[in-house]
Amino acid sequence: MEIAIVKYNAGNVASVMYALDRIGVPYRWTDDETILRQADKVIFPGVGEASTAMAHLKEKGLDLLIPQLKQPVLATCIGMQLLCKHSEENDTTCMGVFDVEVKRFQSQDLKIPHVGWNSIQANQANPLMEGLKNEEYVYFVHSYYVPVNPLTTAICDYVQPFSAMLHQDNFYAAQFHAEISGMAGQRIIENFLAL
Amino acid sequence: MLTKRIIPCLDIKDGRTVKGTNFVDLRDAGDPVELGALYAQEGADELVFLDITATVDDRKTLVNLVREVARHVNIPFTVGGGISSIQDVSALLNAGADKVSINSSAVRNPDLIDELALQFGSQCIIVAIDTRWVDGTDWVHTHGGRKITDIQTIPWAKEVENRGAGEILLTSMDADGTKAGFANKLTSTISLNSSIPIIASGGAGSMEHFYEVFTEGKADAGLAASIFHFKEIDILDLKNYLASKGIPMRI
Repeated sequence: MEIAIVKYNAGNVASVMYALDRIGVPYRWTDDETILRQADKVIFPGVGEASTAMAHLKEKGLDLLIPQLKQPVLATCIGMQLLCKHSEENDTTCMGVFDVEVKRFQSQDLKIPHVGWNSIQANQANPLMEGLKNEEYVYFVHSYYVPVNPLTTAICDYVQPFSAMLHQDNFYAAQFHAEISGMAGQRIIENFLAL
Repeated sequence: MLTKRIIPCLDIKDGRTVKGTNFVDLRDAGDPVELGALYAQEGADELVFLDITATVDDRKTLVNLVREVARHVNIPFTVGGGISSIQDVSALLNAGADKVSINSSAVRNPDLIDELALQFGSQCIIVAIDTRWVDGTDWVHTHGGRKITDIQTIPWAKEVENRGAGEILLTSMDADGTKAGFANKLTSTISLNSSIPIIASGGAGSMEHFYEVFTEGKADAGLAASIFHFKEIDILDLKNYLASKGIPMRI
């Protein structure tokens, strides 16, 4: 199986690579269009700021390529937000795979960003949660969130319920960092690789 | 519900864990990779590796160590000790560290916090603050708490947040090593005044101390070293105890 990790200027890619090493699957970290199109699975990771990340993707034409991919794609954290239509973070137009908005957490009494382990409740039909409990703890670090919407496949609660996971067609996305979310996170990645 | 975090800290010298360990089930108690993986398996929410060596050669050892830790540990981990430049941080993050912790270098050059936050994002920049009560006020200390500065702790905590720190690791040098409990009053003052998470450190001697730091101290995470290394407290027992007292825990 060929696994490609999308290469662009976003942090935290090393953690994703090591998670795949722990699972024991080879991968390529690439921005090459042919390799990305032909891979069996594509992972679109990253942490960072939305407008900067989109600018980097545009420079390489990846903003047009990624939405066209046909194989299963897993987007995590900022990757998930970039697949949405628009982000309030510096008023950024994103790729629009998921027809939803990314909003900033607003709270008087809770700390922003949302950092740490929080529980998610998954839809029963969510294939990435196969073999896991209906409620699992995973690791989050973010200040922006996707509201609950018809594409939501797992919900987390911080300030208000928000989308921990999204799914549409071949695009799967997680707001949390599955790559450092213990055994639960590892299982989610394995489930994605088994799709 | 967002849980409170339990974080074991491993002191590293020349690529090895220092401070004695009581783990009979470890092949090599001095191997930080093996110890870190064991803590992760036992339920630690994060790990902190603090490098207490500082020469250039040792930095290379540290980067190699970080790479090995990243290969074996599936929870977030932070690396601290002697970090003073964008290059240092870049090398550690590329080797697989999830966050870095800066301390003396931030005191010497506060702009470093802004630069690192801009370059890598606030989420991976922890500012460690070593504090000690002297003449009626809390003062920031450097060099492992030996050297006093002219910076007061409470305003400094706000400043590092404003400059882009993602979390604060607050170590009370008064409480450190006493096993008499965390510095709950100061921790709570800083936590309530702050919109970023506070990791409390120094003074943990019992499970009750963790309960107190999360309730009275309003801490988001509790960090300790020796009580975990010497198995005085088992991480899973601690988390079960805290959960039974109503503290949200990942178990």
